[in-house]
Amino acid sequence: MKKLRGLLGTCAWLWMAVASAQVKDMPGGPRVNQLNLHPGVTVISHDIMWLNWMIMIICTVIFIGVFGTMIYSIIMHRKSRGAVPSKFHEHTGIEITWTVIPFLIIIGMALPATKTVVAMKDTSSPDLTVKVTGYQWKWGYDYLDGPASGVHFLSNLKTPQAQIDGKAPKDNFYLLEVDKPLVVPVNKKVRIIVTADDVIHSWSVPDFGVKQDAIPGFLRDTWFRAQKTGTYRGQCSELCGKNHAFMPIVVKVVSDADYTKWATAQKQALLASAEDPNKKWSKEDLIAHGKQVFTTNCVACHQANGKGIPGTFPALDGDAKYVLAPMKGQILTVLNGHPGTAMPAWRSQLNDTQIAAVITYTRNAWGNAGKGKDPVVQPSDVKALR
Amino acid sequence: MSSVTIDHVPPSVGHDHAHEKPYGWRRWLFATNHKDIGTMYLIFSFCMLLEGGVLALLIRTELFEPGIQFFQPELFNQFTSMHGLIMIFGAIMPAFVGFANWMIPLQIGASDMAFARMNNFSFWLLPVGATLMTVSFFVPGGAQAAGWTMYAPLSLQMGPGMDFAIFAVHILGASSIMGAINIIVTILNLRAPGMTLMKMPMFCWTWLVTAYLLLAVMPVLAASVTMLLTDRHFGTTFFNAAGGGDPVLYQHVFWFFGHPEVYIMILPAFGMISEVIPVFARKKLFGYSSMVYAVCAIAILSFLVWAHHMFATGMPVTAQLFFMYATMLISIPTGVKVFNWVATMWRGSMTFETPMLFAIGFIFVFTIGGFTGLVLALAPVDIQLTDTFYVVAHFHYVLVAGSLFAMFSAAYYWLPKWSGRMYDEKLGKWHFWMTMISFNVAFFPMHFLGLAGMPRRVADYPAQFTDFNQISTIGAFWFGLSQILFMYVVLKAFSGRGEKASANPWGAEQGLEWTVPSPAPFHTFTTPPEVN
Repeated sequence: MKKLRGLLGTCAWLWMAVASAQVKDMPGGPRVNQLNLHPGVTVISHDIMWLNWMIMIICTVIFIGVFGTMIYSIIMHRKSRGAVPSKFHEHTGIEITWTVIPFLIIIGMALPATKTVVAMKDTSSPDLTVKVTGYQWKWGYDYLDGPASGVHFLSNLKTPQAQIDGKAPKDNFYLLEVDKPLVVPVNKKVRIIVTADDVIHSWSVPDFGVKQDAIPGFLRDTWFRAQKTGTYRGQCSELCGKNHAFMPIVVKVVSDADYTKWATAQKQALLASAEDPNKKWSKEDLIAHGKQVFTTNCVACHQANGKGIPGTFPALDGDAKYVLAPMKGQILTVLNGHPGTAMPAWRSQLNDTQIAAVITYTRNAWGNAGKGKDPVVQPSDVKALR
Repeated sequence: MSSVTIDHVPPSVGHDHAHEKPYGWRRWLFATNHKDIGTMYLIFSFCMLLEGGVLALLIRTELFEPGIQFFQPELFNQFTSMHGLIMIFGAIMPAFVGFANWMIPLQIGASDMAFARMNNFSFWLLPVGATLMTVSFFVPGGAQAAGWTMYAPLSLQMGPGMDFAIFAVHILGASSIMGAINIIVTILNLRAPGMTLMKMPMFCWTWLVTAYLLLAVMPVLAASVTMLLTDRHFGTTFFNAAGGGDPVLYQHVFWFFGHPEVYIMILPAFGMISEVIPVFARKKLFGYSSMVYAVCAIAILSFLVWAHHMFATGMPVTAQLFFMYATMLISIPTGVKVFNWVATMWRGSMTFETPMLFAIGFIFVFTIGGFTGLVLALAPVDIQLTDTFYVVAHFHYVLVAGSLFAMFSAAYYWLPKWSGRMYDEKLGKWHFWMTMISFNVAFFPMHFLGLAGMPRRVADYPAQFTDFNQISTIGAFWFGLSQILFMYVVLKAFSGRGEKASANPWGAEQGLEWTVPSPAPFHTFTTPPEVN
């Protein structure tokens, strides 16, 4: 047994040496073998850190007191030392004492915690409001006011699948990087309104001391005021289905000037990308565009090979019910989702061109090419059914 | 009673009637004897412990390294969900009922449980529920993967595996309710003459309170999963905002069951520890009546704290404060229990056989779990730590090191009474130390992971978390393998190897179970003993 333990121990240290050699601390994310809470960049996160230290110290003192007594007793009051058992088995005074003293300690802990709870719930008079929507499995951000008012985008995991599957080395920001982070100005009170589109998610950034469940059909809010510029990272913190581990949150805190510059650029980009839904597209362009849309939005369930996951997510390759049938059924399914399944309604996330493109792609990809009816779907077809 | 004259037949006279010991499979399938049913409960729950344990090791295998190596996330989520359900409803709860079946009649001087046939039914429901849960892995889409909490609306997306889980919960819940009724009626009506409630052994007291908790909350769980079922199949919208429902309603109803459930799984453990410590300290339990009051206080408070599982859902500030204060209050009666155990040991004359080692180990690690519970009670800290590995560490410290360690302690303590043989003390001690050390290797690093922000129920994690996950996985396998030792020690005693046990092998000063021979005969206390 001893040999086995030695072997296991050696393995453990070897693994640790290999692992730590490759990984470095992640700025705004976890440090390697981090032992305590994130240091944080908001007053609330500092308060939480303080509360945690306070309660840890109190608990440690009690722990040492109680177990010091117990260990003393174990050493001194053992039969092998010839200890003779005493007869006492109650003492009202001492029993009242060790009920009242913990009560007082608890009041002492509750007071500072109450102050923080009240501060955390105070979402009044924000400088900026952003609506956050949880989707399976990505986040959507809508700027409701300020210079970026009207800007909206989706934020997807950027870590390549090859790194997850172990076919490429994992970089330092593994699982905690996104294509488009949320950008907010420094030292401004940002109110976050949180909701979800399908199941419950949770928007969490440890450095801000923020974690708010995103509940479909309801709005909840929270807030933060970041005191330092930088990039801060968190993860979805409520089980939301198979890709729960793959929908990180990244927030870039920038100076006021940079924020205004970013907001202007975003608005211009939004105008430029606004597409005319009546434009006729060529089949090749639709397929190329649709492949991108499919890779970002659909691949998690229906898989890159269109085969889905039997029993859980249906195959699109060779699907006679929707994909190879006349276009109407498929357009309506994509727009409105399929109630009772994981298929969401895409009408609020994708525009007519994107939906037309992705449907055209599925009708021409894999073994579907040349098989079904309506191989090409134009944006105007989608607009007509929306 | 005294006015009615009954011919008193001494139990030693062999009178042939229906109470004869049956043989073969009929003895078990038609069992009405509390000892046989207790044995079946314990064997069943140990099997489920192994099944849930294998799932846990599969989880830890995938988490050994960042990246997806062995199990795709959808399968991984099935493992975590079913690990929780199987351990709670298949292993821990039935095991406590098994101990209750064996020991409560022996401790109160009753000849059997009050409702012997219902007892049989409540046991035989268990394999049905367990089969449903196990088979659900092989239905299209696999087992349910929405966590053991089965939060809506995620659980509404699941395949038929979810319906299997819902029916399993119904069946296991019905079994628990019947078990609870049986225990309440037995304790309240069948105590030996002279045994007043305040003279009852602590194990019976804690089980009496637990049984009331079960009666109060198992129907609530049944209601919550029934609403899931009708939302899934019959067009209701309890948890769908589009139809006027609310996903958070599910959480309120579920945790109204879920929090008392935590105490259902720990109160009988408190009782066991309160039985073991006085015997090995050779001193009466300190503060018996305050122990009883503490158990009752914990039970009542447990109904008032459920929403501390939901601080991150965004409750009004008054609700957050109320549930934070109520949760912190629970630490007072729990603290009283720990203080009383230490005071029982103080100036005793202790020896350290395996039951005592597990009892001391229990107090030590359970208290760590209690402290992290207090940390989580502070709503602001909870919001930072909820749904991270810190919570996973916390509840394994109270459920494994709490409930399971207490049951190991009790199993070694009563094993001579069950088997008639002393177990192998040396192997028992090995089992304790291996279990104790590997448990901490497996679960202590999870505190750090949670503090650093690693969410729970994830199939993959940022590479910065690698080292602690690897230590944890090694500890988990070590812990799992150590339990084979326990199985060997128990089987060895039951196979008749080992020193013959006397009626009272530990020299306990009180306890009716120690007045009957070891192994306990098939029928005991056919005439109630007199307790003074």
